[in-house]
Amino acid sequence: MARFTKEGGHKVPGINTGSMSDIVFMFLFFFMVITTMRESTLLVSIKSPQATQIQKLEKKSLVSYIYVGAPIRAQYGTESRIQLNDHFASIADIQEFVNQEREARDEVDRKMLTTSLKVDETVRMGLVNDIKQELRECGAFKINYSTRKKVSKASL
Amino acid sequence: MARQTAEINSGSMSDISFLLLTFFLLTSSIDTDNGILRKLPPPLEKDQTPPEINKRNIFTVMVNKYDQLLVNGRPSDVRTLKADAMEFLANPSNRVDYPEKKPVNIPELGTVSVSKGVISLKNDRGTSYEMYIQVQDQLTAAINELRDQLSKEKFGQAFSKLTDPKKAEAISTAIPVAISEAEPENIGGK
Repeated sequence: MARFTKEGGHKVPGINTGSMSDIVFMFLFFFMVITTMRESTLLVSIKSPQATQIQKLEKKSLVSYIYVGAPIRAQYGTESRIQLNDHFASIADIQEFVNQEREARDEVDRKMLTTSLKVDETVRMGLVNDIKQELRECGAFKINYSTRKKVSKASL
Repeated sequence: MARQTAEINSGSMSDISFLLLTFFLLTSSIDTDNGILRKLPPPLEKDQTPPEINKRNIFTVMVNKYDQLLVNGRPSDVRTLKADAMEFLANPSNRVDYPEKKPVNIPELGTVSVSKGVISLKNDRGTSYEMYIQVQDQLTAAINELRDQLSKEKFGQAFSKLTDPKKAEAISTAIPVAISEAEPENIGGK
C-alpha cells in the first residue's frame, strides 16, 4: 500500500489564466456592439413626460435629437431653450440642422430619418409647435415624442 | 543552431482588454429611446383650402393654457377622453351625431365598415407639453384598443402581437390613426 502514497503531500496546481483573456474579450465585444456613445452633453434639463402607449425607436443611427428644456446652468436663464448637437440654438437653426443630419446619412436612409423630440414636461406647447412647423417646412415628417413609460398605480 | 522564438508574454493582454472593457462599460448606455411616433402633415400650400369634412365626423379636442380640456364643445377631463374617443370612432349605436361609416374591402379582412371620424386636436401656445403628451397618449390608447378589438375578433390575437405584416397593415387600414392637429394659432399669448 505504501507505494501509492505520494511523497511531499498535495500540491495545488496554479490556475490557468490563459483563457481569462478570452472571456474578457468576449465581454469586450459584447459591450462594443451594444454601446452607443452619448450623442451630446445635455445643456438643458429634461424630464420626459410619462405615457403608456409608447413604441421603441428601432434604428438608433437614423434618429436625430432635438432637446428642449430650461438650461441647467442658471447663467443661461430660466426660459426654455432648444439644444441642437452641443450648443443652444434658435428656431431658425432647425432647418439647417435637419439638412446636416440628412447629409450625414446614406441616400437610401434619408427618408427613414426620424426626429426625436426630447422635451421637458414643463415646456409650453408654443415652442414645440414652432419646432414642428419648422420640421414640416423642411420635410422631416417622422417625429417621435420622447416619453418615459408610465408606472400605473394598479401594478404597484 | 535553430533560433528559438521567444514566447510572447500574454499576461498583459488581459490587462489591456480589461482597460478596454471598462471603457466600453462606462460609455455604453443601453437605454433605448421610447416615445409616441407621429407623422407630420406636409406644409400647406399657399392657396390650399382645407378639405370639407362633415361636422358629425369631427371630434374636437381643445386644450387651453390652463391645461383644461374642451371636447366637442363641452368641458371634459383627460380621464374620460379615451372612452369618449373610442365611442366616437367606433360609433357602436350608429348615432346620427357621430361619424359615418363607409364599407371598404380590405384584403385579409373582407368588407369592413371604416369610420370616417377624425380627431381634431388643437392646443394653445401656453399648454404644457406634459398635458399635450397625456392627450396624445389617451387618443393613441383609444385607437390601439379599437385595433386590438378588431384584431382579436378577426385573427384571435392582439394587434401588437400580430406577426404577419399583411394582417397588421389590414388592421391599420381599417382603423387609421386619424388624429389631425390644427394649424397653430396664437390666442392668449405665451
